[in-house]
Amino acid sequence: MDRRDFFKLSLAGGAALAAGSSPAEARETHTISPDALGLLYDATLCIGCKACVSACKEANEMPPEFLPKTEQPYWDQPLDISGKTLTVIKLYQNGTMEKKDEEQNGYAFIKKSCMHCVDPSCVSACPVSAMQKDPLSGIVSYNKDACIGCRYCVAACPFGVPRFTYDLAIPQISKCQLCRHRVKDGKYAACAEVCPTGATLYGKVTDLKQEAARRRALKPGTATIYPRGRLGGPEQNYPGVAAKYVDRLYGEKEFGGTQMVMLSGVPFEKLGYPDLPPRSDAAKSETLQHGLYGGLVMPLAFLGVLTYAARRTVKDEDSHHD
Amino acid sequence: MTEHAVSHAPAPAGGRLISPVTVVLAALALAAAVVLACRFVYGLGAVTNINDGFPWGIWIVYDVMVGSAFACGGYAIALLVYIFNRGEYHPLVRPALLASLFGYTLAGVSVIFDLGRYWNFWHIFWPGYAQVNSVMFEVAVCISLYILVMWIEFSPAFLDRLGMSGAKKKISKLMFLFIALGVLLPSMHQSSLGSLLVIFGSQIHPLWQAGFLLPLEYLMTAVLLGFAVVVFEATLVSLGFKRAMETALLARLARFIWGLLIAYLLVRVGDLAVRGALVSAFRFTLEAFWFWIEMICFVIPVWLLAAPAGRSNPGVLFAAAVMLMAGGFLLRVNGFLVGYETGAGWHYFPSLPELTVSVGLIAFEILAYIVFVKTLPVLPAQSATPR
Repeated sequence: MDRRDFFKLSLAGGAALAAGSSPAEARETHTISPDALGLLYDATLCIGCKACVSACKEANEMPPEFLPKTEQPYWDQPLDISGKTLTVIKLYQNGTMEKKDEEQNGYAFIKKSCMHCVDPSCVSACPVSAMQKDPLSGIVSYNKDACIGCRYCVAACPFGVPRFTYDLAIPQISKCQLCRHRVKDGKYAACAEVCPTGATLYGKVTDLKQEAARRRALKPGTATIYPRGRLGGPEQNYPGVAAKYVDRLYGEKEFGGTQMVMLSGVPFEKLGYPDLPPRSDAAKSETLQHGLYGGLVMPLAFLGVLTYAARRTVKDEDSHHD
Repeated sequence: MTEHAVSHAPAPAGGRLISPVTVVLAALALAAAVVLACRFVYGLGAVTNINDGFPWGIWIVYDVMVGSAFACGGYAIALLVYIFNRGEYHPLVRPALLASLFGYTLAGVSVIFDLGRYWNFWHIFWPGYAQVNSVMFEVAVCISLYILVMWIEFSPAFLDRLGMSGAKKKISKLMFLFIALGVLLPSMHQSSLGSLLVIFGSQIHPLWQAGFLLPLEYLMTAVLLGFAVVVFEATLVSLGFKRAMETALLARLARFIWGLLIAYLLVRVGDLAVRGALVSAFRFTLEAFWFWIEMICFVIPVWLLAAPAGRSNPGVLFAAAVMLMAGGFLLRVNGFLVGYETGAGWHYFPSLPELTVSVGLIAFEILAYIVFVKTLPVLPAQSATPR
């Protein structure tokens, strides 16, 4: 084999290693567990009382947050989720703000917390398995004892959910874990437990989606009943009026679905929720990684070529020196 | 004289270690150490401007991503000398390897400054914690291994001094294997630094979200930067140590740079065209502005290095190298910072202490390079210098 052949061979190896444009096997977007747990947030039922924000703080033993430069640091004032706050209710406002749940000259509330993605970017991004998705409940959990604090999860999440405590010498990631620590006491997500109107509802995702479908099928303005707390719990019969929704259950298809699903009268783009394709970014990233490094086949083949070439060159050099 | 000089084996350059230059460098490094002390006592937020909208600042994007790409000289030259069997570039190997050694070691160490829970960093290598689907896992493991491999590659330069000639002999016998690993590992992690962006999806501006071509683009620019840095360092070393320039050799190297640069631009612009992202370069946005600056940095060297006259002119070569380094810097800063948006209302610009650390790291690196070159056999011996 002469120099030219080496050149070609190594080049081919290098190109194959780098390009990976035709990965052997695509990593499919994950599908939802039949026992997945989650939340249904119905923005039209939300009255913006923020009882959920307060209950979440208490259940997760998180400190209060104050507005910058406030003269009244007496009560919790989070503007967004953060290292100290796992859920907030945000306000959408437009024009005269006359009507609730109207895009024009209206206002609306929207919950922000972890979506518990079916195929979460944070879990795929985490290099040390600190972010995990429970195979049954689908809850995306965080283990600070494993975490190295690299914040790849913070950067990767399309919803901007994992947050970090930059102000602490011993920092950690903060994110909603659907109150999984309360399950052993027979309790469930604190935000849903305290929600007075049932705007945030806890349950199995399949049931929540059925409930969402029922609401969407109702004629706006007609009388109906709403469950509160958790689906299948003691409080299932709160009378109310059917709302007018935009034709979308957010979280049904985005990135293969999320376990917090949402209904709203205002388009979700206006509420800060991105349009995401059905194929998850985690699936794309892992398809690329598996294509390049699956079974270490390509790196080892490339190493073989390199070793061969390097050995020949070094031998040549040695013989020159002799 | 140059032709004659290059045939000499490496030798210590000698000279005084304490000079105005080294004192200033040491002062800058010390300032960085003070900031880092604050960071470890009061947390990342006390000294940096990073936030939940920009969780990665210059300590990652510059110190690690650009820093390691600037440290690809050893990789690029090893690729040329040992894999493509271009022995004539051999005099460039040791100086380039030394710069890479420092660049990478510091990039690796500086990761610790940025890791929030740094005491757990070993989890990346530990079965049970290690998460092999993560691009970050691949980057971390390959960079760590490469730093190790480079110290072994460089060890013949100092094992003699330590009186370990036996170890040197054994390592030299297996050197071809370390050389091969020294090409494989940077190929893997330099491409993966681009792959890190894949999972950011539409949070990355279309001008930089090249999807499955990201690893190729980052790898090609890493090799380009490696060559550019070799030219850059060779020029500075010949000026700083008052040595003859290896212009003839660098001019030939510039031919490789030119070809690779054309190939890179074809991939980069071709991808933008195919994805229909090129239109966003013609809007009045900050992203479009920085995109053009980045492209100019890559395109001007194409013109500078096109003719043999330009390639054999040290000034032109140096200018082209600096522009390429700026282009590679911008590709990474644009991809990870300028072109990154996770939602409305987030801003990031590095704080003064943050910049102090990055500058201090560079100063420390140059300082260590000077000390090593003066005391260890790195640069080719020159007839003028007594051996």
